[in-house]
Amino acid sequence: MKKPEFRICPESGLQFHKQGEMLMRINAVAAVIALLIGGITALLITLTRWPTVHLLPADRFYQLLTVHGINMLIFWIIFFEIAVLYFCSSTLLRCRLATPRLAWLAFALMVGGAVMNNVSVFGGNSSVMMTSYVPMPAEPSFYLGLILFAVGALIGCFIFLGTLVIAKEEKTYEGSIPLVTFGALTACIIAVFTIAGGAIILIPTYLWSIGLISHIDAPMYRLIWWAFGHSSQQINVAAHVSVWYLIAAIVFGARPLSEKVSRGAFILYIAFLQLASAHHLLVDPGISSTWKIFNTSYAMYLAVLASMIHGLTVPGSIEVAQRSRGLTKGLFEWLRKAPWGNPVFSGMFLSLVGFGFLGGISGVVMGTEQINIIIHNTIYVPGHFHATVVIGTTLAFMSLTYYLIPVLFRRQVFLPGLAKYQPYIFGIGMMVFTLVMMGAGTLGVQRRHWDMAFTDAAIGYDYPASAYTLMGLVGISGVAAITGGAIFLLITVVSVFFGKRVESESSYGIAPTRLMRAEPIVEPQGGHAGAGKWGFAAPGTFTLALFFLAIFVIYYAVNWKYLASVWPMS
Amino acid sequence: MTSIHPPAQTIWWKQPLDRVEGTWIALALVWSLIMFIMMPLWHVYGKQNISNEAYKTTPEAFMAKTQAMVDQYTVRTETNQQMPVVRPPPGSDVYLIGRLWQWWPLLELERGQTYRVHISSMDWQHGFSLQPVNINAQILPGYEMVLTMTPDTAGDQSIICNEYCGIGHHMMTGKIYITEGGS
Repeated sequence: MKKPEFRICPESGLQFHKQGEMLMRINAVAAVIALLIGGITALLITLTRWPTVHLLPADRFYQLLTVHGINMLIFWIIFFEIAVLYFCSSTLLRCRLATPRLAWLAFALMVGGAVMNNVSVFGGNSSVMMTSYVPMPAEPSFYLGLILFAVGALIGCFIFLGTLVIAKEEKTYEGSIPLVTFGALTACIIAVFTIAGGAIILIPTYLWSIGLISHIDAPMYRLIWWAFGHSSQQINVAAHVSVWYLIAAIVFGARPLSEKVSRGAFILYIAFLQLASAHHLLVDPGISSTWKIFNTSYAMYLAVLASMIHGLTVPGSIEVAQRSRGLTKGLFEWLRKAPWGNPVFSGMFLSLVGFGFLGGISGVVMGTEQINIIIHNTIYVPGHFHATVVIGTTLAFMSLTYYLIPVLFRRQVFLPGLAKYQPYIFGIGMMVFTLVMMGAGTLGVQRRHWDMAFTDAAIGYDYPASAYTLMGLVGISGVAAITGGAIFLLITVVSVFFGKRVESESSYGIAPTRLMRAEPIVEPQGGHAGAGKWGFAAPGTFTLALFFLAIFVIYYAVNWKYLASVWPMS
Repeated sequence: MTSIHPPAQTIWWKQPLDRVEGTWIALALVWSLIMFIMMPLWHVYGKQNISNEAYKTTPEAFMAKTQAMVDQYTVRTETNQQMPVVRPPPGSDVYLIGRLWQWWPLLELERGQTYRVHISSMDWQHGFSLQPVNINAQILPGYEMVLTMTPDTAGDQSIICNEYCGIGHHMMTGKIYITEGGS
């Protein structure tokens, strides 16, 4: 006999599979716990890098920096991504989740791995940073924890793929999979080869740590480790771009400008993003410039092109949806009258803007082979990746969480008035934080460095006063952003565990419903372009895109000019 | 809602592009190609390129070469650790060791002259960061990187380690004195 396993959420119309729903919830909760650990350590290390506060002693600083990096970049994001993968397959395709028992095993492995790794670092003998560059040793359990976590995540990826197969087999949807699921599929494919890269390097490193392998070549480690380390950030890009499309669809009913372009851009990600290991090796010995140039540019910047496409098509799809609703005045009425008080939208839009302007431009500039000479391993680098991973991925995931609290967890959002402001406190705090970090990096301030004053060093070095000012601002803006993060944690934890239930009924039934195709496009008078300007369906977005390109060109040129001022070298 | 619905048309890949997309893709592609060409162009016309010259080595072999240079060209010692300050002749091969937790020896180079600076690590990974001029390179154990450099700015430079290398990382510093020609 069939068990009642499916419910339809009355507000959103989404259909949840009971087992899948439980797994999404538990993975999201684990993600938030990792975010909490990462957030507390974020506060302590920020207060240490703020020169006038300089809170922690050196050993504790390096240890907690390791904890922060791994919990934020790996555990928080990947737990959440597993929830997103289950949502984009089971919920969006109205299908039962494949092999729920195996999904619980995957979850157990991930939790076990995360705990083992954290215990190892908190033990004090594995303060090796997230990158754990050989031959600096960590305890065996450090590597083993990461390996177990990765195996669990890999199983999660295959459950997502299995669910797609079931949905197709059981015909739970018509036609092709939706764009958002397509984007999640992109993230999943990237995740599979990323985890393979991680296995290829972390398993031998584990064997080295227990004495079964005598030597691991440092550049080989760097090359393969970054095939895992950087590609895992590309899972995030594919995932948070999918979340942007998802939120545009939820909030505005937006449809892609064209399926072909948006999906084509996702395919460019699959084809080229994994070349980015090169970004970390641009000033390494023993690698040729030809290799560096081809790989660092993702084969002629085709993956950057993909991000620039999404950067246009996501807001473009919102603009078209808004214009079709009559918000056609001028270039920007559609944007001005967007729901800025809804954290689901405001967080997503800040994520999009911050990722593009701060994370995207800085990433391409520092990933230029020669310009990397003036940026490599300075605090510019964490400036860049906090813009991509924190403003881009984390903020997008936060916005999605505000949507999921009532829909997935069936709870009302706690303190909705405060939730309205949270994306701004977090997003704008983070934007200032990344900008001043990049500024300090340009002045040569180092990353992963406890004492910019070199108090105990035999030979000192005095940074210019402006570098100290910028690092002070890093402290202030960092604390502001962390406050935004703490508000998010407060709202989420209270809503999910102690929140008031959503009033409407959503009980489980037997029969799943089928996902029908989108309505065919009803062209407004004079076509799409009729609601726009100059024959463009989204003239406001296009104007913003031109502004983006202008900043990009100027900043790129400025950095070449700066490079030209350093010593001639070859 | 349609980004979360299957596309309206079965053959969605034949749906025509909107003009805004086509124009933007063309612009973005041109910019991508310009950025790509800039890197090879800088190798031809630019002056700041990281060298492609590197050799496999061992800590012992590299130490021996460095020691030979130190023995031949030391001009004085500094700090209470008696760090040698080495003044190699312009155009020569200069050796610099990165180890836990110092850059050894101190160097004195003449402004406007070109040197072949060999750098390697004796133990873990290190980062060569020259400040305030801001030149950064990764230094790996077992590999000898050769940077052909021409100091063309006045004022001494500090070498800072910018790859995390354990508890003394922030104390790992060194120095390159820059002298004016003929002095």
